[in-house]
Amino acid sequence: MSWIHVMVLTPFIFATIVPYLYKKFNQKIHTGWFVFFIPVFIFAYLITFIPEISGGNTFMKILPWLPSYNIDFAIYMDGLSLIFALLIAGIGALVVLYSIYYMSKDREALHNFYVYLLMFMGAMLGLVFSDNIFVLYVFWEMTSVSSFLLIAYWYEREKSKYGAQKSMLITVFGGLAMLAGLIMLAMMSDTYSIREMLTSHNLEAITSNTLFLPAMILILLGAFTKSAQFPFSIWLPDAMEAPTPISAYLHSATMVKAGIYLVARLTPIFGGTGEWFWIVTGVGLVTLLYGSVNAVRQTDLKALLAYSTISQLGLIMSLLGMGSGALYFGYGDESFIYATAIFAAIFHLVNHSTFKGCLFMVVGIIDHETGTRDLRKLGGLMHLMPISFTLMIIGGFSMAGLPPFNGFLSKELFFTATLQAANMSIFNLANLGFVIPVIAWVASIFTFIYSMILVFKTFRGKHRFVRVDKPVHEAPFGMLISPLILAILVVAIFFFPNLFSKYFLLPAWEGVLPSLAQAGELSIKLSPWHGWTPELIMTLGVVGLGILMYLYIRKWYRIYNYYPQALTLNTIYNFSLENMEVLSKKATNKYMTGFIRDYLVYIFAFIVVIVGGVFWTFGGFTFDVSQDADINIYEAGLVIAMIISAVTVLFSKSRLTSILAIGALGFLVSFFFVLFRAPDLALTQLVVETVTTVLFLLCFYHLPELRKEIGKIPFKMTNAIISIGVGVIITVVALSAKGTRLFDSISSYYENSYELAGAKNIVNAILVDFRGIDTMLEILVLTMAGLGVYTLIKLRMARRDKNEGAE
Amino acid sequence: MCIVVGLLFMIGTYLILTKTLLRIILGTSIIGHGVNLLIITMGGLKKGGPPLLGIENVTYADSLPQALLLTAIVINFATTALFLVLSYRAYTVLGTDDTEQLRGKEDE
Repeated sequence: MSWIHVMVLTPFIFATIVPYLYKKFNQKIHTGWFVFFIPVFIFAYLITFIPEISGGNTFMKILPWLPSYNIDFAIYMDGLSLIFALLIAGIGALVVLYSIYYMSKDREALHNFYVYLLMFMGAMLGLVFSDNIFVLYVFWEMTSVSSFLLIAYWYEREKSKYGAQKSMLITVFGGLAMLAGLIMLAMMSDTYSIREMLTSHNLEAITSNTLFLPAMILILLGAFTKSAQFPFSIWLPDAMEAPTPISAYLHSATMVKAGIYLVARLTPIFGGTGEWFWIVTGVGLVTLLYGSVNAVRQTDLKALLAYSTISQLGLIMSLLGMGSGALYFGYGDESFIYATAIFAAIFHLVNHSTFKGCLFMVVGIIDHETGTRDLRKLGGLMHLMPISFTLMIIGGFSMAGLPPFNGFLSKELFFTATLQAANMSIFNLANLGFVIPVIAWVASIFTFIYSMILVFKTFRGKHRFVRVDKPVHEAPFGMLISPLILAILVVAIFFFPNLFSKYFLLPAWEGVLPSLAQAGELSIKLSPWHGWTPELIMTLGVVGLGILMYLYIRKWYRIYNYYPQALTLNTIYNFSLENMEVLSKKATNKYMTGFIRDYLVYIFAFIVVIVGGVFWTFGGFTFDVSQDADINIYEAGLVIAMIISAVTVLFSKSRLTSILAIGALGFLVSFFFVLFRAPDLALTQLVVETVTTVLFLLCFYHLPELRKEIGKIPFKMTNAIISIGVGVIITVVALSAKGTRLFDSISSYYENSYELAGAKNIVNAILVDFRGIDTMLEILVLTMAGLGVYTLIKLRMARRDKNEGAE
Repeated sequence: MCIVVGLLFMIGTYLILTKTLLRIILGTSIIGHGVNLLIITMGGLKKGGPPLLGIENVTYADSLPQALLLTAIVINFATTALFLVLSYRAYTVLGTDDTEQLRGKEDE
């Protein structure tokens, strides 16, 4: 147990007392103020690690959890996990601060909100620090669950429920696929620790295994669903039903980056192969294009941001894919050139969190102040909300990739990486490589357009929207603090990129490619001006074309009308969901007939198949008569009499005959007990049988005449076959049980009953002394049955009285 | 003996699979007897005297299955009684003892 463990667990522990704080103080103090200190403390604590980590150190702390299964809560801290943790705690603190002003303390169920939020924070911290793949998986699913709860926070809204269900279905599907992939990974390498998988010995075992590709695809499914990559991206726009602080936190800054984290974390294992390169890069690029093109046609501000998040995540993903090519080249200079892409990915990841968090918060402010997020109703807010407007410009221009904001730097690096990838000589890139920069460039134009829409459609133009209840004005200062801090970061990173890179980005880069980091250092000089490079020309092209297309958007906007509605992924999702529901209902109704006999048939058939199957496969059948005593004439007679009475029950037409026959059967059994040297049993059986027969006869008076079983032949035949099967199986079991004796009987112990319990009747001593509590429970069962019988009879009368009273 | 047990099970199963409630009860009762005989058969038949210390025996019959059975018999009685009253109730309330007609409704 180390302090880092405590840190990961703190949010969970604190979440348990949040409801009490809410109950006690909510009248006076917003619950968020209590919660606010948790991420702040975590952030401050994490800051203390920066000197060590940027000096190249890593930490490994192990807390044994399930030692017998080799599952430890192992925490591994390197640059990559640290930068993620800083984002989680940092953005978390800002989001909580923002939510204090966004969520009304009088109207909202704040205790739920903050419990879910803290649960998510802890899960996310655990996710990025876990070294054990199964612990990582547990935290992974916990983030899915808390995301589900937070999307459905306003659970009385139909859309919230729909969005929550969708995100849950998709991310949990991916999570399960990932679990299968992780298990394969563990099978291949014989360890659960990611660190240990990276040892050259294990790495070789993994890459040479036939499971390599299936494991890779399954794990990527998990990463892609979580990070909303095409075609799993459809859940993210619907997740926007969550309160805006949540959208800013989970669905743009942290949770959706878990997939990115996983891909980055596993790059040293899978990277350097053609499949990894093409899948990650390809999916990333398609997502980038799909997201940016779709963002342009959104009219809801949050939906626009959701699609833009999808597209930016695709950008980061594709960078990770391109950078993985570096591992193909070993440790030469060439690999350092391509590894720049990984650096760009981390850089853009941080930048995206800052500017997108800022944008979400500003959109939340607009929603909060005007009551709408619809672009068709908004406009002309510039003079009313000048500070929000400034923040929106900073965030939006950074997203568009304009200087002097951090987005410009990482966008330039992105172009560099695509150009380098296009020139790679491996994985068929010579033929297809040129596609990468082209897609990147086109997508960037659309990114530029939607950034402009976001900023200018909302704030410029005529002030069309008039709120009914109160005039629109600037948000309270508290609400502006968080986006303000993020906006300052956006600008600060642009002006001091190298300082930032030294302490945060390079250590993270070393975390992604540890082997490469050992071989040498990545020298990247970040600056806004590199001369007239191709990247700059690409950016200029984006800006020029983007401005033109934005100005003439009406001219070409019509092409979106040709977008086939019937073929969208959402339609497919809804269609398959509905059909699956119908199908499962049909299938269930098929075998859940409500007819008790059918269920019994399943049970008996199952017994026959399973027990018979075991006998068959393990050859358990034994037959041994040597222990048997001779059968004397009494026994033979009893057996015959028993069979006769049992068969009589089977075939009798009248109730009386069958009841008498069953009574006879019971008495014959008690005779058997006499022969088997069991006097107590015989006595009990006699008494019980008498009472049972009397009971049968009593009920006989009330129950209807036995009808002849009118059934079709197949019905009877099935019954006959199953019952013969059961009979045979039980006979076989009985014979085998008798013929096999694995242990000596333990009954000899009870033969000391006189010394131990002072009783001469061993059976009685067992019942009332050795196993006294069992007998007590038996009496309890009898009592309950007696009560049941009594109430069933009494109930009838009560009901009848009531009915009569009602009439 | 084992064959008798098997036969009892067979008849009991067949009766349980029929549609009449009374037959089903009879079936469970028969299976109950089958189980009792099965357990005592497993303990080994007829070796030594009855497990009473007063009688001077060298060996005693296995006392453990007997103790088990004593419990089983009584519980069997309790369930049969409850079952009987339950089916009687079902008949008086619903007016049928045919399980085919006792099906629940959809989405009940």
